[in-house]
Amino acid sequence: MPDLTPNIGAFASIAKEDLARVFQVLQEMGYTLLGPTLGETAIVYDEIEGVDDLPIGWGDEQEAATYRLRPRNDTAYFGYTLAPQSWKRFLYPPVQKLLTLTVQGETFEIDGNAEPAPRYALIGVRACELRAMAIQDRVFLSGHFPVPDYRARRQRAFVLAVNCTEPGNTCFCASMGAGPRVGPGFDLALTELEEIFVVEVGSELGRQVLSQTPWRPAGAFELQNVRRALAEAEQHMGRHLDTSDLPDLLYQNLEHRHWDQVAQRCLSCTNCTQVCPTCFCSDVLDQPDLTGQRTDRLRVWDSCFSLAFSHVHGGNIRPHTRSRYRQWLTHKLASWIDQFGSSGCVGCGRCITWCPVGIDLTAEVAAIRAEV
Amino acid sequence: MMKPTTAPATPPARNGPMRLYPARVVEIKEEAYAIMTYSLVFDDEGMQRRYSFQPGQFNMVYLPAIGEVPISVSSAPAPQQPLGHTIRFAGNVTRAIGRLRVGDVVGLRGPYGTAWPLERLRGQDLCIVTGGIGLAPLRPVLYHVMQHRADFGRIFLLYGARTPSDMLYTDEFDSWERQEINLRLTVDRADESWRGNVGVVPMLFYQLRLDPKKTSVLACGPEIMIRFGIYEALARRIPKEQIYVSMERNMKCGVGFCGHCQLGPAFVCREGPVFSYAAIEPFFGVEDF
Repeated sequence: MPDLTPNIGAFASIAKEDLARVFQVLQEMGYTLLGPTLGETAIVYDEIEGVDDLPIGWGDEQEAATYRLRPRNDTAYFGYTLAPQSWKRFLYPPVQKLLTLTVQGETFEIDGNAEPAPRYALIGVRACELRAMAIQDRVFLSGHFPVPDYRARRQRAFVLAVNCTEPGNTCFCASMGAGPRVGPGFDLALTELEEIFVVEVGSELGRQVLSQTPWRPAGAFELQNVRRALAEAEQHMGRHLDTSDLPDLLYQNLEHRHWDQVAQRCLSCTNCTQVCPTCFCSDVLDQPDLTGQRTDRLRVWDSCFSLAFSHVHGGNIRPHTRSRYRQWLTHKLASWIDQFGSSGCVGCGRCITWCPVGIDLTAEVAAIRAEV
Repeated sequence: MMKPTTAPATPPARNGPMRLYPARVVEIKEEAYAIMTYSLVFDDEGMQRRYSFQPGQFNMVYLPAIGEVPISVSSAPAPQQPLGHTIRFAGNVTRAIGRLRVGDVVGLRGPYGTAWPLERLRGQDLCIVTGGIGLAPLRPVLYHVMQHRADFGRIFLLYGARTPSDMLYTDEFDSWERQEINLRLTVDRADESWRGNVGVVPMLFYQLRLDPKKTSVLACGPEIMIRFGIYEALARRIPKEQIYVSMERNMKCGVGFCGHCQLGPAFVCREGPVFSYAAIEPFFGVEDF
């Protein structure tokens, strides 16, 4: 280990077994490790204890409405594409208590949720997922009313990104400019090569973690291998989305007959919105105790595919699947750009993989374009 | 070797944008069948002093263990006065509000959303187009123009209700007319007492001679009424930039991140509820959008 710390922006090289040391340092700093692990016949993001919990030697196969685990013929640590659920469920939990309200005589007392945010080290964040986090940052933190619980979780998170050299059949991050190479916002970014990890230092915190791990500056051939692996990954995206005429293509085709065609297949099941790493819609519910004297206000994930989502007195604004799919797609690819300055899609392909009927937004956009 | 530091500390726990403030019902006034105006005052005196709203903005009104609804402020935009909320008992929350009595406490937060552009309307004739409870978000506008009557030209209030007894604020009509607000009323179904118009609100445009150069239209009510009101205004060559509408959508947060109230690129709670028609024209009236 050189007796100096790697600079921010520098590339270091660490032996594969020394990833365990990185994990250990993070744990010593008080982080809970969240990373890919085998569970529920999939590679899921969950709490992990160490390197042994990683899905070493496992990959996945993804296609529209299809997901399979697949044993690899090597011992890659990060040899899969993406987990079904993104990091959203840790940074923006599906159920979050906002406050507790207790009736006190004729008035009531409000107790804000002061639970300290967990300190997560997110292990294995892909480029598309890092972009998704940046997009959710804009949604939750850039307005007049930043969301405190999200901000706390986000600020306390350590991001160990892993460059993607295993794009899947439903991936199109290259089309969205979101990958496969991770963009800014990570603390450390790994690229897995056969014998080593090449580590890019993204922050002061990342620099401190790496400095406690045996490392050496990355060599030219190692960086060349990283570049080649990522260039190849970029060529192996299973899907492609032409974004050149968005958002106007969708804005100008709100009455396109293809919406009816999609509606005949779409089940309004909400899967796509649940697995989407950027979808942020929520409901706020009361969960009272039996006496009614005490109630928790909960923020829960919601979906524009549910009927009640658009309910106003007298009916629902979007009563049909046609209107709900149209809302989702135009929001994701068009109005999101006007609202937050970037597309709401990162090209992770989850909505394609996890759609039970295999609806593929890249194909739907292409169909709308084909018949303008 | 540099010593590791810890990750950034958590910012102090804050209640965030969904923070509610207890407010007390100080007056309840029955306006029509199943429509009441609740005047609310924050329990916290400082909060009551600091609170100010502009005509057209709304509050979130919350009942513990039941839920929260967006309600426009319907009282005069005068500082430190009780805040009027005219509420029709239509859903679970509003029906529960209907069981409140004077002295009861609700949760209140706001004000949210955009306001009617009163500064920009100075010197203009106003054509206010309302139906049903859509008059409530425009009543603060009436109070404002009555207080600054010389700042405005002719003022027409087109107002429709299902039946004569569904009309809101009827006891104030005389005072409005005394301030030269020209009321044109209509009902869907008349009763024996009714001597006025029967029919939909947009038809009232045919009684007026509007000057398109100096008339602004302010519309709030059922979306179908707004839509045909806009058509009548456009037919009279009133530019779409001079047409303002207040829209209704499902709202859970009121602050632009629950996603429910989206109308194209707009969050109705943030870019609305009051819109320039020119801004939402591409999305307004698109079926089921």
